Amino acid sequence: MTKQIRQLDRVVIRFAGDSGDGMQLTGDRFTSETAQLGNDISTLPNFPAEIRAPAGTLPGVSSFQVHFADYDILTPGDAPNVLVAMNPAALKANLADLPRGADIIVNTDEFTKRNLAKVGYQSSPLDDDSLAGYVVHPVALTSMTVGALAAHEVSKKDAERSKNMFALGLLSWMYSRPYESTLRFLERKFAARPELVAANVAAFKAGWNFGETTEDFGVRYEVKPAKMKPGTYRNITGNAALSLGLVAAGVRSGLPVFLGAYPITPASDILHELSKHKRFGVITVQAEDEIAAVGAALGASYGGSLGVTTTSGPGVALKSETISLAVALELPLVIVDVQRAGPSTGMPTKTEQADLNMALYGRHGEAPVAVIAPRSPSDCFFAALEAARIALTYRTPVILLSDNYVANGSEPWLLPDVESLPDLRVEFATKPNGEDGTTFLPYLRDPETLARPWAIPGTAGLEHRIGGLEKADKTGDISYDPANHDFMVRTRAARIETIPVPDIEVEDPDGDARVLVLGWGSTYGPIGAACRGVRQRGLSIAQAHLRHLAPMPANLGEVLRSYDKVVIPEMNLGQLAHVIRARYLVDAISYNQVRGLPFTAAELETTLEEVLKNV
Amino acid sequence: MSEPVAVKLTAKDFKSDQEVRWCPGCGDYAILAAIQQFMPELNIPRERTVFVSGIGCSSRFPYYMNTYGMHSIHGRAPAIATGLSVSRPDLSVWVVTGDGDALSIGGNHLIHALRRNVNLKILLFNNRIYGLTKGQYSPTSEVGKVTKSTPAGSADAPFNPLSLALGAEASFVGRTIDSDRKHLQSVLRAAAEHEGSAFVEIYQNCNIFNDGAFDQLKDPSTRDDYLIRLEHGQPITFGADGRFCVVHPPGGFGLEVRDTSSVRPEEIVVHDATVTDPAYAFALSRLPGLDLRNTPIGVFRSVDRPSYDSVVQAQLAAAKAKVTETPEQQLAGLLGSGDTWTIL
Repeated sequence: MTKQIRQLDRVVIRFAGDSGDGMQLTGDRFTSETAQLGNDISTLPNFPAEIRAPAGTLPGVSSFQVHFADYDILTPGDAPNVLVAMNPAALKANLADLPRGADIIVNTDEFTKRNLAKVGYQSSPLDDDSLAGYVVHPVALTSMTVGALAAHEVSKKDAERSKNMFALGLLSWMYSRPYESTLRFLERKFAARPELVAANVAAFKAGWNFGETTEDFGVRYEVKPAKMKPGTYRNITGNAALSLGLVAAGVRSGLPVFLGAYPITPASDILHELSKHKRFGVITVQAEDEIAAVGAALGASYGGSLGVTTTSGPGVALKSETISLAVALELPLVIVDVQRAGPSTGMPTKTEQADLNMALYGRHGEAPVAVIAPRSPSDCFFAALEAARIALTYRTPVILLSDNYVANGSEPWLLPDVESLPDLRVEFATKPNGEDGTTFLPYLRDPETLARPWAIPGTAGLEHRIGGLEKADKTGDISYDPANHDFMVRTRAARIETIPVPDIEVEDPDGDARVLVLGWGSTYGPIGAACRGVRQRGLSIAQAHLRHLAPMPANLGEVLRSYDKVVIPEMNLGQLAHVIRARYLVDAISYNQVRGLPFTAAELETTLEEVLKNV
Repeated sequence: MSEPVAVKLTAKDFKSDQEVRWCPGCGDYAILAAIQQFMPELNIPRERTVFVSGIGCSSRFPYYMNTYGMHSIHGRAPAIATGLSVSRPDLSVWVVTGDGDALSIGGNHLIHALRRNVNLKILLFNNRIYGLTKGQYSPTSEVGKVTKSTPAGSADAPFNPLSLALGAEASFVGRTIDSDRKHLQSVLRAAAEHEGSAFVEIYQNCNIFNDGAFDQLKDPSTRDDYLIRLEHGQPITFGADGRFCVVHPPGGFGLEVRDTSSVRPEEIVVHDATVTDPAYAFALSRLPGLDLRNTPIGVFRSVDRPSYDSVVQAQLAAAKAKVTETPEQQLAGLLGSGDTWTIL
């Protein structure tokens, strides 16, 4: 049977199943195939904190959403066009997000009386008219997979577990994805067990062939490659990009990278990734706790390494005292906070931007640090380099505020030329800097950067003592002198405030916008998509996005004051808006959501249109 | 230019220009003088020696040593020193801490540094009181101790620092006393020679808030009957003419003190710091009574175990040994690894 092929410009697919169904892997593979094809992509994994929540229950549902298009896209998509539901729980948990007319592929084998009862279905939604508004494709995924593997030397359990590859095969067929990379992946993943390679490949092909032969799927879709800048690309998550950025910072500075970390969701993947790069001289220490992790990083910085610690909000709280010590010692230190929904344990696998206050102010005493935030998964690479640049040049702790959305989401990344990356080389102090030619003054500052000399142990003639007690200007001796303390507090503030950071750029294609949307961090994509939507309706709106939160760009006040209204959407209760109001006396409109999920572009678009009506 | 001539350093070279600000009569003075006098022996250049401390009276120590030094925050010195030592195996890293710093607020870092066997020399000045905060009981204060924060007597059972260190898998454990310079230096010498963590408890008198805490071990009229001076390879006897000895009673779990005249010579335990099983050193650590009778000093345990630093460095070296490219080439390869695609 010849199938009709229909061209689409964009598609959003959500794979949903039980935590043990391998949905993250399935989504990841589909994404990789899609990347090979040259579509632009954005992904959103969404999974529970429990490793294996009770099977078949709503809390156990894990999903992976992928948005791909033949043009550049900014978000993983608001609403799926296709839902793959591996069980009744996955259907129930995700149905509300589907627009009418969406395709639903369900694994009918899991729609048993028992599984339906687990999630409160009185009768099967496949049998009544509750799904009437959707295009439902009932597929006996499990039994067809097991059937396809009848001749294979695998257990029934292993055969059933291959059902995600059947689903992947089917979707790959539906959307005309090239599957060679998936076959290679399976060979790598199961290298030690060839029978599983064979079984998974067979399951994948069975899914593909099912699509081709069954009459239920009459249409096949194509999404043409997006027009993207020439070059070599890979698909990358924020955590992976951030890790590579830290490795790159080590290469470009010539310093060993030292990571002290304690496992915490959603930051642990950075520890995993960096632990693989020992050939670059990267040392990773899995410390006994968050405090030891930052302590070890600071100790390594003192010894001349690029000290880094990676964590999430609860970990930053524990590290706070040591970060203040680093402020007093004036040593480089990069603190990565992959934010998650708080307070306390909160929702560890869900996203939020509510650690901004903590990053800016969460220390005892006057303890200013630099703060920067990446705007997208691939931007985590450059943000890590920028954090390292500021830390090394200005000898200061830098907090890098990533979040779960950019950390686990992915997008295509145009690989940079290594030589084009910033030169981060630093000079250690090698000789006395006192006027007499013999004295070493550990707190004599560079007049331009206000940085003190970095004199590392092992340097003869520069032996000196540093510590948390207030130091006298220049000599670094312990000082309780009132005027000296006042001077040192102001100097530490000025050190951060005078770090040159690029001016903020405004995107206003129409040039006559009267409303500015200001964001920071991971909201860049949804805000950008919402602004495009507003402009497509013929309205003008300007977008600006902050990368540097401390210090802020020098032109920010001027930019803010040149608009009638400033809207600040944040996944918190208005933390940036507070700062903007206090610093610039701008009556910004704060728009907030704290649902553990990124903004949808549609919601933001509606909000912005409301604001525009009242200008 | 001629080669620099190695100059023999003296105690004076290790004195910094900072005024020492401990209370007059503090035991810390004696420890500082003993260490400054001892450091030249190690033949380690000053610039390669680092003292890291936490918070407390003892933690002011680095300011007075003309080496590299960091006075950090309460309890965290072992963690900070771990990062320094692991990343800089060329340095000699010393941690100076107190009973509150190491055993209360920093207890976690201490035990983990010891189990990892980080190449740190950890000197715990134990005065059994909080001095810098003016006289609260510490985790080594005796039960019932009346202090500012325990007017009715402390209800806390104390830690035995050596038992704790041994339980944390310490590969080197010793004890010495502030007032006995020769002994103190002998234990430090052994600690300095040890590869891995060396934990040394130094009994130190706080003459302001806990004066005389160790008097029985110092008073010429009592000390010989109270102190057990451990010497590797020697039978453990003490007191006038060796009238007491240490035995391992059959059927018992630990060690006990007996009158030497009541036991056969072969029953007397011969001290061996290299016994692999920490139970032996642990039994030694349990000998002292509440009145400090039967307090062993010296090296309890000194066993060979790879240091954390050496294992980490070996992994780095193994990974780097395979590298043939420049760092930039390696980085380009890493960035372009995995599934990539090219748009022309």
